[in-house]
Parts: sequence; C-alpha cells; structure tokens
Amino acid sequence: MRLSYPSNVKVVKVPCTGRVDILLILHAFENGVDGVYLAGCLEGECHFLKGNLRAKKRVQYVKGLLEEVGIGGERVEMFNMSASQGQRFAQCAQEMTERVRSLGPSPVKGGSKK
Amino acid sequence: MIVGNRKEFQEIVGMLGSNRRVLLLGCNECVTVCGVGGEKEVGVLASELRIHWKTAGETFEVKEHTLERQCDYEYIDQVRGFVGDYDVILSMACGAGVQYVAEAYKTKLVMPAVNTTFLGVTLEQGVWSERCQGCGACILDMTGGVCPIARCAKSLMNGPCGGSSGGKCEVDKEVDCGWQLIIDRLTELGQLDRYEDIIPVKDWRSSREAGPRKRIREDLRL
Ligand code: SF4
Ligand code: SF4
Repeated sequence: MRLSYPSNVKVVKVPCTGRVDILLILHAFENGVDGVYLAGCLEGECHFLKGNLRAKKRVQYVKGLLEEVGIGGERVEMFNMSASQGQRFAQCAQEMTERVRSLGPSPVKGGSKK
Repeated sequence: MIVGNRKEFQEIVGMLGSNRRVLLLGCNECVTVCGVGGEKEVGVLASELRIHWKTAGETFEVKEHTLERQCDYEYIDQVRGFVGDYDVILSMACGAGVQYVAEAYKTKLVMPAVNTTFLGVTLEQGVWSERCQGCGACILDMTGGVCPIARCAKSLMNGPCGGSSGGKCEVDKEVDCGWQLIIDRLTELGQLDRYEDIIPVKDWRSSREAGPRKRIREDLRL
C-alpha cells in the first residue's frame, strides 16, 4: 500500500496488546516519551479472546495514573484496527502524533514543573 | 484477607514532604492478592514517584523491595542492611505491617501508602467484598453463615430494620441487606425457625471495646 505514517512513531512489537503491562507504559513515560498508544486488533477479534479488552482497561487505568502525577491522561490512548487496515494504522499514527504535538513535549523531560 | 485501597498519589507526595530517598516496601501477602501493595503496585508507585520528581526537576531515589510479609519480624529484619540509606520507609502493607516495620526501625520515619479497609473475600478477579469485622466472638452458627456485624450497615443482632427493601439496604441500593441474606440462607438450610431465636446483646469486650487484643499459645512459644 506504500502508506506513510509520521516517522516519530516508534513501533514496539508485542504478541498481543494484552501483553502490554501498566509498568511498560509507565516506564516509557519515565524515560521521556511524549505519548504512548496501543494498536490492538478490533474488539471481538482478539486471537487470545480478551487481550485487547484488557489492554483497553489498562490504558484507562494508566490515564488515571498519568493524571495524578500531573502529566495528563491524553498522552496515552488505545486504538483498534485489523491487520488489513493499513490505512487506519497510518491514520491513528497521524492522529496521535497531532494530539501529542499539541500537548507539547512531556514535562518529564525538562523538569518543567519547576 | 485484609483488603485496602492505595492512597491518592498527592496525599503520598504530601506525606513524604522533603524526604527524597525512599525505601518503598511491598508485602507479598493479602495486599498482593487484592492488588494494592504487592510487587506490581510497588513498581507502579515507584514509577509514579520518579515521574513526579523528574517533572519537578529534582533528584529523587526510590528503592523497590517487597517482603514476604510485613507482619513477621524475620522478614522485616531482611532490610536492616540498607534501611539506613533511606530517609523514609513508605510501606504498602496493611496497617499492621506498617506498624511492625516502624517498631523494628525505631529511628526511621515509616509512612503508609495504603488505607487498610476490611477483612474480605475475592468476589471475582478485581472485586473484593467485606465479610468480617473480627469481633472476637463469632456467631455465624446462629445466622446461617452470614455475618450481621460486617454485612448489616447497623450491625444489628436481630434484623432486619425497617429500611430493608427488595433485599437491599437503606444505606445504598447497591448493597444487599445483611439480614435479608441471613433469612434467605436460613430458609435454604431449612433453619428458618432459628430466626425466631432472639440473639442476645453482644458482649463487645471480645471485640475492640476492651482495648487492643493479644493471643498467646504457650505450646507454640520457643
Ligand atoms: S460474627 Fe464476628 S468473627 Fe464472626 S464473621 Fe462476624 S465479625 Fe467476624
Ligand atoms: S436494611 Fe438490612 S443491612 Fe441495612 S441496616 Fe437495615 S437490616 Fe442492616
């Protein structure tokens, strides 16, 4: 399809979004990423039945954690798409990049609260 | 098991004050099972604290360590070698664990990261429910195995009160009326006649009313 998506998006491959633990997301933020999103299969289509639904709940939980530490829950998101929806993959990458860009760099990097 | 809730992050930060070197102590028992103070939650809170202080541009150090239990001295003693490297111990155990850690390290600040809440059961993965208040004189044999102290909002010994409606308690329409549960269970057991027995006024001295309790089994002592 030769679709392009923003080059700032770094893909981390996991066998299923159900593998994405809360700590993996938090550690990414600790290390200064500006945003994290999960690209899971369509709801109801999980090969492991509930992996993407678990991921969705965890993303929701992490949103709360990011809110309470003051860097904002919008920096993490869950998207769903099928393996054949290359278009949507590119769209989500674009959408999340725009969102994070408008939020600005993560305050974790600069010590900006001070 | 003992069930608790993690304290709000801002409350924990406020409690820590200017202490920047924190020994974050988890416990492998009840608080692990109810997802509030085990190794995972220690990791999450440590990460939150690091993000907070990085954002503020200040130095901060947290050591993550989870003990088998915080209610037995042998385990608490395992951190003696490095406890001195930290300004404060932030414990994720129940209130008993927090206190025992504080007793073991008399000159160290020890703070709770968890609000200890109740003695309960796992209804399903991620859902816990209160069952017992440790009254010290169990009457479950008289009440069809349902505790009126923990499960009736008013801890009535003979219920229900007039607020019971459609099987729910007047304090919250989501909460089952403890006494309805008792009657239902007695009915199932074919023991509804026991409901006619008046349960006498409870002697609360076996509970907290006579002060802190202690249990000794001489044959087990070394
Ligand atoms: S009667 Fe007392 S010991 Fe028995 S379950 Fe209720 S509170 Fe616990
Ligand atoms: S409605 Fe039932 S549970 Fe609620 S206070 Fe009355 S007797 Fe107790």
